[in-house]
Amino acid sequence: MEEIIGKNIKMNTVREIHDAFDSGQLSPVALTQGYLEVAQKSHHNAFLTFCEKRALAQAKVAERLIAHEGQVPREKFPLLGIPLGIKDVLTIDGVRTTCASKMLENYVPPYTATVVARLEAAGAVILGKTNMDEFAMGGSNENSAFGPVLHPTHSDRVPGGSSGGSATAVRAGLCVAALGSDTGGSVRLPASFCGIVGMKPTYGRLSRYGLIAFASSLDQVGPMTQTVEDAARLFEVMAGHDPLDSTSSLRSKENFVRTCLTVPDWSRIKIGVPNEYFVSGLAPNVEKSVRTALQWFESQGAKLVPISLPHTSYAVAVYYMVAVSEASSNLARYDGVRYGARPSLASETGDLATFYERVRANFGSEVKRRIILGTFALSSGYYDAYYRRACQVRRLIQQDFDEAFKTVDFIASPVSPTTAFRLGEKSQDPLKMYLNDIFTIPVNLAGLPALSVPCGEDSEKLPIGLHLIAPAFQEGRLLCLAHAFERRSA
Amino acid sequence: MNVHLEFEAVIGLEVHVQLSTHTKIFCACRVRPHDGKSVAEILVNSNTCPVCAGHPGVLPVINRKVIDYAIRAGLATNCKINPKNSFARKNYFYPDLPKGYQISQYETPICEQGWLDITTQSGSKRVTIQRIHMEEDAGKSVHFNDYSLVNLNRAGVPLIEIVSGPDMRTVEEAGTYLRALHAVVTYLGICDGNMQEGNFRCDANVSVMPKGSKKLGTRAEVKNVNSFRFVEKALEYEIARQIGVIRSNGAVIQETRTFDSAKGVTVSMRSKEEAHDYRYFPDPDLVPLLISEAWIEKVRSDLPELPQQKKKRFEIELGLSPYDAGVLTSSKAMALFFEDVVSALVNKGWNPRAAAKPISNFLSGEVARLMNEGDLELSQGKLKPEHIAEVVQLSKEGIVSSTGAKQVIATVWKTGDTVHSIVEREGLKQVSDLSSLEPAIEKMIATFTHQVAEYRAGKEKLLGFFVGQVMKETGGKANPGLLQELIKKKLSGS
Repeated sequence: MEEIIGKNIKMNTVREIHDAFDSGQLSPVALTQGYLEVAQKSHHNAFLTFCEKRALAQAKVAERLIAHEGQVPREKFPLLGIPLGIKDVLTIDGVRTTCASKMLENYVPPYTATVVARLEAAGAVILGKTNMDEFAMGGSNENSAFGPVLHPTHSDRVPGGSSGGSATAVRAGLCVAALGSDTGGSVRLPASFCGIVGMKPTYGRLSRYGLIAFASSLDQVGPMTQTVEDAARLFEVMAGHDPLDSTSSLRSKENFVRTCLTVPDWSRIKIGVPNEYFVSGLAPNVEKSVRTALQWFESQGAKLVPISLPHTSYAVAVYYMVAVSEASSNLARYDGVRYGARPSLASETGDLATFYERVRANFGSEVKRRIILGTFALSSGYYDAYYRRACQVRRLIQQDFDEAFKTVDFIASPVSPTTAFRLGEKSQDPLKMYLNDIFTIPVNLAGLPALSVPCGEDSEKLPIGLHLIAPAFQEGRLLCLAHAFERRSA
Repeated sequence: MNVHLEFEAVIGLEVHVQLSTHTKIFCACRVRPHDGKSVAEILVNSNTCPVCAGHPGVLPVINRKVIDYAIRAGLATNCKINPKNSFARKNYFYPDLPKGYQISQYETPICEQGWLDITTQSGSKRVTIQRIHMEEDAGKSVHFNDYSLVNLNRAGVPLIEIVSGPDMRTVEEAGTYLRALHAVVTYLGICDGNMQEGNFRCDANVSVMPKGSKKLGTRAEVKNVNSFRFVEKALEYEIARQIGVIRSNGAVIQETRTFDSAKGVTVSMRSKEEAHDYRYFPDPDLVPLLISEAWIEKVRSDLPELPQQKKKRFEIELGLSPYDAGVLTSSKAMALFFEDVVSALVNKGWNPRAAAKPISNFLSGEVARLMNEGDLELSQGKLKPEHIAEVVQLSKEGIVSSTGAKQVIATVWKTGDTVHSIVEREGLKQVSDLSSLEPAIEKMIATFTHQVAEYRAGKEKLLGFFVGQVMKETGGKANPGLLQELIKKKLSGS
């Protein structure tokens, strides 16, 4: 069996797997068992929890369905029998969900996140929960309480974060596709570092119910896949209003897969190239790959338009004010009363303040740093200067994009100024680490859809990602553009 | 130096009103889990879900009924309704606060700038309502010797907080305002109004200043007082305490105090220095809520009759005095009870105007006395409207005396027995049978010959004395009207 898995399954996409199911070359149970085996043996530390029983039960249902129907009922079950990894920031009823934190080491949620429930309803098989930076705070996956995730191809490198477990799992063939979450680039950055596709949808497009909050006004779930087409498949299944999330959009579902697979009308496409995103600090080989990609678009007939996003330089500062402020409140519930590890001596403390102090010592240092910053930014006397001001500048950044999209259809840039860096290289310098997200953060602040699609490699064969940004709710067109780019050599 | 100064109090009240919606404010859990039972009677932590228990990853979704109820409260207290509403997080740590923050409103409360008119011994007064905002209730902590337990059944129950201006100057004004507000929210049907169960909770801000001064004194906040009487007692104590501090040349400090109802004193909880910084900020999980003019008008058109309107109607339609009408409409329970008695008597052929006065007398007399005596609500006695209807009927027919009627009511209040059985059992039927009264009258005339002579000589005042003597003889059961007529006849006839 291992041979079958090894030969036929790695790097397979949803469409290829379904064809193999149809022809009887492959069965959902064998596929799931194969992936579980490979993933459990892998040295990458990409998974924190496996849910074998659940996965095999789901695979058996898929197998019976296919036997009954004679082939994969793709209309009703577009992801039937497809093994997925889920970032450990999304809840699954009865499956340990840790956010890679000591705080939630033993937390078993009593309910399932809407996006996961929708994937399961489409027939997907959930293999387990993937590693991440603690509470999604980080850009390298070195902040996990359960150890860093290794890069899929270069073991001295980070996979990027915070959805590093999902990125490595997809690239290393530990699952067909995975879910990540993106607050300031946490889907796109690891996708870029690992050479896969990662999309952050428009804020409000995917339900956040069951997504453990880091920064509520920025968080968005996103698919992480080997191909753009697979991203469209997962996205289409998950999209649509959720009555359990007041911030979820009321827009009805669209046929994103069909839109993704159409051929773009190049003569009508204008791609904006922001001056502010091609500056010093951008690694020359990254710039070269991205410029080459832009030339390809031009060669197809698209028009490249230099644009300006004048408030870009404020984005990182604004982001860290907004995100940490919301985080300081979102993470208040981990107080050791209902869940959250309670150190042995905590309940013997005489007063409540000492109790909380002991309990909250369980957070990792990056999480503590952000909670303290956020608590400060919201404090009386500082609120206006920090939080309120940050919200005001956030609106200016949104307006930059609104202006730009009056003249262009998409914006293109690098995902990150560099390729994957070395483990430990930036972990002692938070500011340096924060600057990884300089191109991805403005998109979250503006609530726009954007994706990372591989566009080349540097001299060390480390992947480089092209960042494509679209106006709100234009994921269909964004996927279509990226799909065309992905197939440029074919 | 301060000893001779006269002081006056400045009181503002913050009232937390638990809304009696079907479900909680941000989830589908019930507010009253099993009808007929109170939240306290439900199995601990059983009335919860991931949302109100604050599990990681959950999100709030506003219950629109809460908005309706808050608008009702605002319209009934003459407030401006804000068209754009947002929710804010109030951050603080406490074990019974599941999320580590309470979802509330801060910069944009749903209602602002209203008022409520009250009438006290010294006249009528307008108390301003500064704001009404919506928020979620916390759970409940239960403390034991060396540990505490948390019950989240109440977590997420909708509240509105109604904040008055610092407009009240006496305990009486504060008590009257609080009762008037209680009447408004219960009439509106937005609150069960049970203070013991915490449906209606009051925090009082109180300070004192020299009479006529324009400069407010330092205030203390007295938290969580759970009955009208306790609020009055707490305020009396606190005002006297603050005056005492100033008279002895001390300074009142800004602090939060609690009322110890057993000792009747307020006790310091925390000072201003220890006050929380709640770090309010807009809740990113809830989109701003727009309230259209049409929505407000819909709620307005569904408003029930309010205490002031009912009072006017009782005066005009039933011919009651403003005082009687005021007493009867002071609580929704009393007003509905009164209306039920009236309709019971109308069904027996009474004219409503004729029925209203005797009913009113019994309710504001004996029934009010029984309630005050036990500090009880009308619903806590066993008295039903049919009981009063029957008592009124029996009084009118002369079957029971007014003293007997009071006795019947007191017994029904405790036992809930039928009026008929109490009258029989306690022998309260008046003797109206001539044959049984005559021998007693004869005996009286024979005993008090001197007085009889005086009466016959014109000292008519003695009639009362004769009635009393016969009454004594018959054990108080004689019908006094009939007896008087009979004695008169006897003494003039021969």
